Amino acid sequence: MFRLIREPIDYFTLTEAVRSPRCGAVVLFLGTVRELTGQQVTVFLDYEAYAPMAEKKLAEIEAEVRRRWPIGDMALVHRLGRLAVGEVSVAVAVSCPHRHEAFAAGQFAIDTLKELVPIWKKEIAPDGHGEWVHQSVSTCAPRSPAEEQR
Amino acid sequence: MVIRVKLFAAMREFTGSDSLDIALPPGATVAQLRRQLATQWPQTQALLMRSAIAVNHDFANNDQVLQATDEVAVIPPVSGG
Repeated sequence: MFRLIREPIDYFTLTEAVRSPRCGAVVLFLGTVRELTGQQVTVFLDYEAYAPMAEKKLAEIEAEVRRRWPIGDMALVHRLGRLAVGEVSVAVAVSCPHRHEAFAAGQFAIDTLKELVPIWKKEIAPDGHGEWVHQSVSTCAPRSPAEEQR
Repeated sequence: MVIRVKLFAAMREFTGSDSLDIALPPGATVAQLRRQLATQWPQTQALLMRSAIAVNHDFANNDQVLQATDEVAVIPPVSGG
């Protein structure tokens, strides 16, 4: 399951939804809005997405995770709009029979999401000034989750 | 042909618009679209060089040929999460 939403992420319900009798391990990752980036203070993050492409990429990531690990169930949820410090911007929940594969699958899912899914954040400082975060090395060439080895 | 190019984040703010109509000869490639964008919108050049181009919701190579019906977007370096 994957979703882009504007409401707060209910990560308890999400975690319950991926639990399965045949899975002895559930891993939940939450990304939250951090107050400090170096010396820069952030009061809000504004998230926007290219929604149809983001949903396609999330579907591809889910398919790749399911191909590589024995997933019971999984959820990828990203929140959009204005988020205050401490709020949850992204949640990844996976269940697997054993913990090693659950951690690996969850790490691959969040790393690939951050690399490939067209979502952007703008950091809003206390004085109201906003700055888009475009620092990562660009995805200039086509890539698929299968080519992402990190 | 005219390609409507969707813009996001800083790319949208540089141009003041969430899409641009770019005229290109039939059979034009993604590389030609990049050159035309940079010529018409010089303020986008630096970010454009670090951005990907998406065609029909997938990352496109520079040699990909565009069709008038394609959905095209500039994808600046992403920062989700």
